Amino acid sequence: MLLKSLLLVAAAGIGLVLVTTAMSDTDRDHARSVERGRYLVTAMGCNDCHTPLKLGPNGPEPDMTRMLSGHPAEMALPPAPGLPEGPWNTVAAGTLTAWNGPWGTSFTANLTPDPETGIGRWKEADFAATVRTGRHLGRGRNLLPPMPYQNVAALTDADLHDVFTYLQSIPAIANRVPQPLPPARQ
Amino acid sequence: MRPFEWTRLAAALLVLCGTLGVPAWIVLAAGSGSAGAQAPRELRETGLYADPSTQRIASDVLAFRPQYPLWTDGARKRRWIRLPAGSSIDASDPDAWRFPVGTQLWKEFAYERRVETRYMQLGGDGRWVYATYVWSPDGRSASLAPQRGLRGACQSTSGAPHDIPSELDCRACHQGTPSEVLGFSALQLSSARTSREPGDNAAELQLDDFVARGWIRDLPREFRERAPQIAARSERERAVLGYLHGNCASCHNARGPLAELGLDLEFSLARGSSAVRTSVGVESRFQLAELERSERIVPGAPHASVLFRRISSRDPLLQMPALGTHVVDTAAVELVSQWIEQDLAPARLADTHSSHQRQR
Ligand code: HEC
Ligand code: HEC
Ligand code: HEC
Repeated sequence: MLLKSLLLVAAAGIGLVLVTTAMSDTDRDHARSVERGRYLVTAMGCNDCHTPLKLGPNGPEPDMTRMLSGHPAEMALPPAPGLPEGPWNTVAAGTLTAWNGPWGTSFTANLTPDPETGIGRWKEADFAATVRTGRHLGRGRNLLPPMPYQNVAALTDADLHDVFTYLQSIPAIANRVPQPLPPARQ
Repeated sequence: MRPFEWTRLAAALLVLCGTLGVPAWIVLAAGSGSAGAQAPRELRETGLYADPSTQRIASDVLAFRPQYPLWTDGARKRRWIRLPAGSSIDASDPDAWRFPVGTQLWKEFAYERRVETRYMQLGGDGRWVYATYVWSPDGRSASLAPQRGLRGACQSTSGAPHDIPSELDCRACHQGTPSEVLGFSALQLSSARTSREPGDNAAELQLDDFVARGWIRDLPREFRERAPQIAARSERERAVLGYLHGNCASCHNARGPLAELGLDLEFSLARGSSAVRTSVGVESRFQLAELERSERIVPGAPHASVLFRRISSRDPLLQMPALGTHVVDTAAVELVSQWIEQDLAPARLADTHSSHQRQR
């Protein structure tokens, strides 16, 4: 009887120790994940298209007050210029957040954790499914050019986890990116 | 946690199990896996045919037809199932049957001629294998399609291209609900049916037939006594809810990866339908160009309803479903239009609302 309750106490003790070490590990893992995610997102150039360029004293530079929040919703764009037949078939707005080509007009997405207009409600599985399949949420329409999803899909699961963890840690910015437009009919 | 710590944790758990008298195999069983299945190179190697040269179907392979089929641009379809000898399907959850390891399912597509036969098989590791076999133009043999599928493999009846889906596309549709089998269920096989798809009624078995053969066990008694059916206020509404269940619910349901969208078009035999509650008057995240605020369904106004607009379109940015079709299902569009216009018209909704209150 005594032996049994001693064993139970010991078991509870081991459990407690395991849980606490696991907790601090999780925190450390999270911080490491965010750091590595920041590194990957910077080196892979996600800001090139998902953060609008603005004109600064030294020429165009990413507007970091809108970091990774995609094409600015309030920026009114005239219809894209029609290009003559030939190899020059794609144009972009100066922000590099709006693109027009044979697929129509696409606007870069809001990757910040804003729940309504960004990817705040996404789970890691939604993010992974989107970039691995090249379909919205893994099940919807195909992602449009020039989103280089094949490059992102080349990451390992662990790297994708870090990219997503970083994206969920940056400031949420409310910005409802317009929906893409189909190609103009000739 | 790093793998190293997992093993430490597992070891500690095993010690704990030992001291507390919990059999350790309960813990270990969760980690053990057995062999997955692989798709053979040729359709005939799957065992669908008793005799590949005459293409006579094997005698232990049974034909069936779901009452709410997926629209696939007017293709003619045939479907079959085989269970390993002596095994049966656990039907205790009427919305998510559990199939025995080794279950095989086939679905054949034909326009002018046979195009492809899709195939699923449940492996020992609990995963379904997805494959499709492309028929040679002379109809003699069918070989495994590339994993990436084949765009424009042939033309459908109306001259639009027919795409052989990629394996990812199979998974996009089939892996959105607990049971990855979509057309072999209590509701889909029910004998109280109103199928929109013509078929071979003699050869195709229904729920009762499968129960009688011992292929289905533990089906809740109510469904053995009365054929399961969609509860609805009218035949038209029943047909609409059935269409939404068969064509949309594999993605739009409350328990799969897209649950966060909050659009539930599944008809559950346990819980009924939430299609009206999650769409009528509910703001859509998808914005129609000309409207300030878009709603999934605006009672009485199909053309202002995102759901209606998306099923009426084959613009790749708009169309629903987003994959697997290039031609509008005009019969379904007409049906949904009448439902929104007449059954859901604001006056009718008010009626049913007050009659519900009177009943209380
Ligand atoms: C060359 C420009 C470009 C670059 C670089 C780029 N993107 Fe994109 N991205 C886009 C465009 C354009 C879209 C919108 C596509 C659409 O609407 O189909 C998009 C969409 C997305 C989406 C889909 C969001 C949704 O709501 O469906 C994700 C996720 C994404 N990008 C992640 C990334 C990540 C992570 C990186 C860096 C590795 C990156 N993108 C780099 C252009 C780019
Ligand atoms: C657009 C969604 C979609 C895609 C893509 C899709 N399926 Fe299906 N499939 C369904 C639905 C819905 C049913 C049930 C209704 C029916 O058969 O009409 C079904 C039925 C089947 C069946 C009969 C068993 C069952 O689940 O009812 C098989 C076998 C099958 N599909 C295999 C495949 C394979 C293999 C692929 C890829 C090569 C594939 N499917 C692609 C939606 C899809
Ligand atoms: C293969 C998966 C899939 C199938 C099948 C499917 N959808 Fe969708 N649907 C999606 C995805 C992903 C989205 C979210 C992205 C978007 O809006 O394109 C969506 C969005 C929608 C929306 C807008 C949701 C909102 O926020 O208001 C409606 C309405 C819709 N679908 C209706 C349907 C209908 C009706 C069907 C059946 C005829 C259907 N869908 C079949 C994947 C699917």
